[in-house]
Amino acid sequence: MSETEQNLILAFETSCDETSVSVVKNGTEILSNMIATQVKSHQRFGGVVPEVASRHHVEIITMLITEALEKAGVTYQDLDAVAVTKGPGLVGALLIGISAAKAVAMAYNLPLIGTNHIAGHIKAANLVDKVEYPALALVVSGGHTELVSMKTPSDYEIIGDTRDDAAGESYDKVGRVMGINYPAGKTIDEMAHQGSETFDFPRAMMKEDNYDFSFSGLKSAFINTVHHADQVGETLDKNDLATSFQSAVVEVLVHKTVKAIAEYQPKTFILAGGVAANQGLRQALTEAINQQFPDLKVIIPPLRLCGDNAAMIGAAAYQQFLDQDFSDMSLNAEPGLEFPYEGE
Amino acid sequence: MQFVTQDESQTMAFGQQLGQLVTPKTLILLDGDLGAGKTTLTKGIATALGVKRPIKSPTFTIVREYLKGRLPLFHMDMYRLEDGDMSSIDLQSYFDQGPVIVMEWSVNVLDQLPEDYLRIKIERLDNEIDSTKRHFILEAIGEKNNELIEELKKTSFSG
Repeated sequence: MSETEQNLILAFETSCDETSVSVVKNGTEILSNMIATQVKSHQRFGGVVPEVASRHHVEIITMLITEALEKAGVTYQDLDAVAVTKGPGLVGALLIGISAAKAVAMAYNLPLIGTNHIAGHIKAANLVDKVEYPALALVVSGGHTELVSMKTPSDYEIIGDTRDDAAGESYDKVGRVMGINYPAGKTIDEMAHQGSETFDFPRAMMKEDNYDFSFSGLKSAFINTVHHADQVGETLDKNDLATSFQSAVVEVLVHKTVKAIAEYQPKTFILAGGVAANQGLRQALTEAINQQFPDLKVIIPPLRLCGDNAAMIGAAAYQQFLDQDFSDMSLNAEPGLEFPYEGE
Repeated sequence: MQFVTQDESQTMAFGQQLGQLVTPKTLILLDGDLGAGKTTLTKGIATALGVKRPIKSPTFTIVREYLKGRLPLFHMDMYRLEDGDMSSIDLQSYFDQGPVIVMEWSVNVLDQLPEDYLRIKIERLDNEIDSTKRHFILEAIGEKNNELIEELKKTSFSG
């Protein structure tokens, strides 16, 4: 295919909360990115409800396809491929997207591409700027905290991972203790900017010679602090708690990321995933990198591309399109899909 | 059956002991507050099953599947299913695959559980928040799980 050719991918993302359909040109340009969020209907349950999620996905996905094509100003006949998140995620939710993608691929005789959700979060960077390789990404979300090394645009290797809770999950869990609604990340981030660091929470695995994370001890320390205060009838300043908690999370993430950059010498660093929306983390990481690696290209996708969306799947799928990494109609959901660990 | 573990390493050791005794379709319901040691116990079970990858919290993802051990292990957290109208969540399809299942917050799906299971309740001792001691209470439902408890009683965790 020539440089001037337009390759249009219709992409689906239904791995968890969101139902999203997008049209992406050449893996870099968003023609449309329709997202239907269900967070509101979930708030009273305290989280994701798979069965509610599945039903919701089915109801709106056909509507979203029409909208995505219209907004992009294209028809089915203009498309070059159909891409869909195959995992990780909730099996019921994933299957909705996969079924829709298969239906379109079959009806219009288009190649089908099954894409890794985490690759999507990382490749959202392509929608912002040109990624140069080797690249390194920190993926932080409700279910993931991973440092991913990419020697080429097609290779993903985990060099560091959480040993227990994901960073985003720890926000939701301490939020629960403070009576903050799910998802708690944004609220805690805001509170953290109004308090001061008065509690000395642990920073786990800082000295260990690896790139792994652990947030379970921090969660326990936080809960113990709050329970102790309750027992003796003391009221703690919630903003100070939030600041102290966020400092601990951010410090570990920044420390390990900087260490990995020093060793792997990437040409581009990408901050990806839902927690990349966290202002405290963005700020601290950007400052540390500017100071220590002033020449490193840093891409942090805008907030609207940090959460789950189909455009990021279209961006990741484009590389698979170039690699001719296609799936047949037996494509199935892979709820536990993970990148290989380095050297695995 | 009940006993006390002194610290996290003993909770882990008990998990490893238990992991050697589980069979396909063993369903373990794990009850305990945040920080009680549910993940530590699950790590012990996973280690005994030969799972090499870290056991990560399933709270956000609801299910985490570990397929590369002696038996497949599904770690599930039903916390987010706090809703009265979950009749069509397809838990049965997970049971049908015959893995060892460790399930947290099963109270949210009580009406969808099979008739035999091992319930493990982990409590902090003496209401001491910082204490590492944990009180374990095991309850077996079904013949297979009663046998499992008999085997456990022969170990150092006999209470």
